[in-house]
Amino acid sequence: MALPTNHSLFLPALLKGSKTSINHSFTLSPNSPLTISETFSRLKKQRKVGFIPYITAGDPDLCTTEKALRLLSSCGADLIEVGLPYSDPILDGPVIQASTIRALTNGVNFQAVISMLAKVVPQLSCPIILFSYYNQILKLNEESFMSALNYGGIQGLIVPDLPFEDIRSLKRTANKKNIDLVLLAAPTTSHNRLKAIVDSTDGFLYLVSTTGVTGVRSNLNSQVRLRLEELKKETSKPIAVGFGISKPEHVKQLSIWGANGVIVGSAIVKLLGESKSSEEGLRLVEMFTKSLTSALP
Amino acid sequence: MAAVAASTTNTTIRNPCINPLFSSSKSSYSSSPTCVSFLQARSGMGSHLLATVARREVSATAMAMEEIGNGAVGISAQRPDSFGRFGRFGGKYVPETLMHALTELESAFRSLSKDQEFQVVIDIVYAYFLISVLYFVKELDGILRDYVGRESPLYFAERLTEHYKSPEGEGPLIFLKREDLNHTGAHKINNAVAQALLAKRLGRKRIIAETGAGQHGVATATVCARFGLQCIIYMGAQDMERQSLNVFRMRLLGAEVRAVHSGTATLKDATSEAIRDWVTNVETTHYILGSVAGPHPYPMMVRDFHAVIGKETRRQAMEKWGGKPDVLVACVGGGSNAMGLFHEFVDDEDVRLIGVEAAGFGLESGKHAATLTKGEVGVLHGAMSYLLQDDDGQIIEPHSISAGLDYPGVGPEHSFLKDIGRAEYYSVTDEEALEAFKRLSRLEGIIPALETSHALAYLEKLCPTLPKGAKVVINCSGRGDKDVQTALKHLQL
Repeated sequence: MALPTNHSLFLPALLKGSKTSINHSFTLSPNSPLTISETFSRLKKQRKVGFIPYITAGDPDLCTTEKALRLLSSCGADLIEVGLPYSDPILDGPVIQASTIRALTNGVNFQAVISMLAKVVPQLSCPIILFSYYNQILKLNEESFMSALNYGGIQGLIVPDLPFEDIRSLKRTANKKNIDLVLLAAPTTSHNRLKAIVDSTDGFLYLVSTTGVTGVRSNLNSQVRLRLEELKKETSKPIAVGFGISKPEHVKQLSIWGANGVIVGSAIVKLLGESKSSEEGLRLVEMFTKSLTSALP
Repeated sequence: MAAVAASTTNTTIRNPCINPLFSSSKSSYSSSPTCVSFLQARSGMGSHLLATVARREVSATAMAMEEIGNGAVGISAQRPDSFGRFGRFGGKYVPETLMHALTELESAFRSLSKDQEFQVVIDIVYAYFLISVLYFVKELDGILRDYVGRESPLYFAERLTEHYKSPEGEGPLIFLKREDLNHTGAHKINNAVAQALLAKRLGRKRIIAETGAGQHGVATATVCARFGLQCIIYMGAQDMERQSLNVFRMRLLGAEVRAVHSGTATLKDATSEAIRDWVTNVETTHYILGSVAGPHPYPMMVRDFHAVIGKETRRQAMEKWGGKPDVLVACVGGGSNAMGLFHEFVDDEDVRLIGVEAAGFGLESGKHAATLTKGEVGVLHGAMSYLLQDDDGQIIEPHSISAGLDYPGVGPEHSFLKDIGRAEYYSVTDEEALEAFKRLSRLEGIIPALETSHALAYLEKLCPTLPKGAKVVINCSGRGDKDVQTALKHLQL
């Protein structure tokens, strides 16, 4: 499964490899994961709220990321969001910025992340969504990027700096490869625009809880409740809330307000990246994850 | 001065529809000739005028920009398009949270003639709007003249011209557009002052800005002091060390300077941090972006605020030699001073436009900031443009002796002008720039900024290729007092 290290050989290998990879992860694996939509349907039937942790790929190294993915999958993650490290993450706060710098300093790149995922995803019980800034997609080109995602067994993509007006081409390319393009809505998004975004998003809508960058916050923005009510009238699509969510009280409150999923990033990244050893980090993440999932219905 | 006023007045009379505010036949405002003439009369100073209104009665803010002379409005109307695209470049690659603020900013800036809502505005609102516009035009016009010190002279550099004469005594005539004589010592103030007024009109009392060398930071701190606005400047920790004098100036002016430690702690990281602040405080804050970079409408807006440079140059050239310049030369980091000079002349195909980038230690060294010469298309800080990046699309840290050119991106309109072949872009090294820094000081008694020195250094290659008597205008974008510390380390005198 190891990929050629030469960058120019990488893409043809991916294109060739993508089919086997999909067969492997969707047909052969005993833990064959559901699609993102199927995951939310299952949660709905079970009257549950999805737990969606975020980790930065390669922080502090890819080996730890691999272990963290297995751990999160086994302790109740319904979806996992994996961040592709980028030099200029404008939507990320200090915690995730620091994590991307650690990853990049350790030489983690797109190719290495995809190779790692191709290896570990078949062993996971939940779908993986990649979080990538647009320049990395543009550099590789949309088509090759999506092929790589297929190869890595990734089912969804979030691009935080691609405006809704410009998604058409990327969405077409993604959907052609059975990848969901998950869109974000912000507190400042107008009603009409919100409706258009909800209509276009695949899998679920990522509702940003507050104006600001990613990062731990002590209180939940109460406006989220109104936004969720507004959205529930417009759509039956699942809505997951992210940004600033870091406590059992937060996830509990969001589930009462009607969120279908909660996304927790910086709080987990902090534990993983700032521990003395990756073993300790993983242990802390496990404890923290359990405290969050036990607060969810 | 009388001649200037007269020629401007003539221009406005010849082009009664040059103001986009009044150019639409659908607009209810076009039916008020009295006010139109008053506005046009006010533009007699020849400065670049701007008008706005806070129109809360119809829950929108709108602004009109008046441009004078020579069809510049036509260009501006075509480029960028409605989504801020210059060909494939530009756009708004920002988080969804900022989209509303950018739209609001754009509607505040765009001409009112396009605003459908205004067609149904009742007379009282209309009157209020006109009063606000007139007030704004008057205010900006007055500030540019009395506070900034516009217009800036077009100076014939006699000894520099002499220096570039061939052994036969032939060569081009070199003129300097003296933006270094503006208040705060660079062109940056043109944009800062206009955006501060815009922020006031938008009701924003908190201002943020990024800065590299500190020139834009100082200009922003200056206008915030002038208008009583809270000012926060983001600056890379490394740049704060390199430009400690400017840090002190900003603090003296009452600004809070926040050190940015993330990434490589330079301009690109300061810009990222300013964007993060804006995402967080978007409802209370205006971001005074300092170059023709960033998401739409900034590249267009900052260009138009600096377009006064080119407009004055055209008029001054007409006065001095009764024609146009043959070649315009300006340094390009993000590219605001260059766009300010070029914009007026983009449609004049007989005027060569030359942008000069920083080649740092040399183009092959990998340590440079020659984005247009060596970069590839990508997205950074909200715009698609040429970028210095690696195979994975990670941004590469640039190098230049001049902190103002030390940026891995470039304004999208420059990428466009390069691709369509309208403007030419070259680069000069740190060493060549330092030589030019010394040369202008010795020959003209003008110490130029190290940024400007890049444009001046290109004369070495350019002048021998030009015909006798060709008129070259260099944008002398800033003065070099701020760079003396840096130069001290490199020049043996």
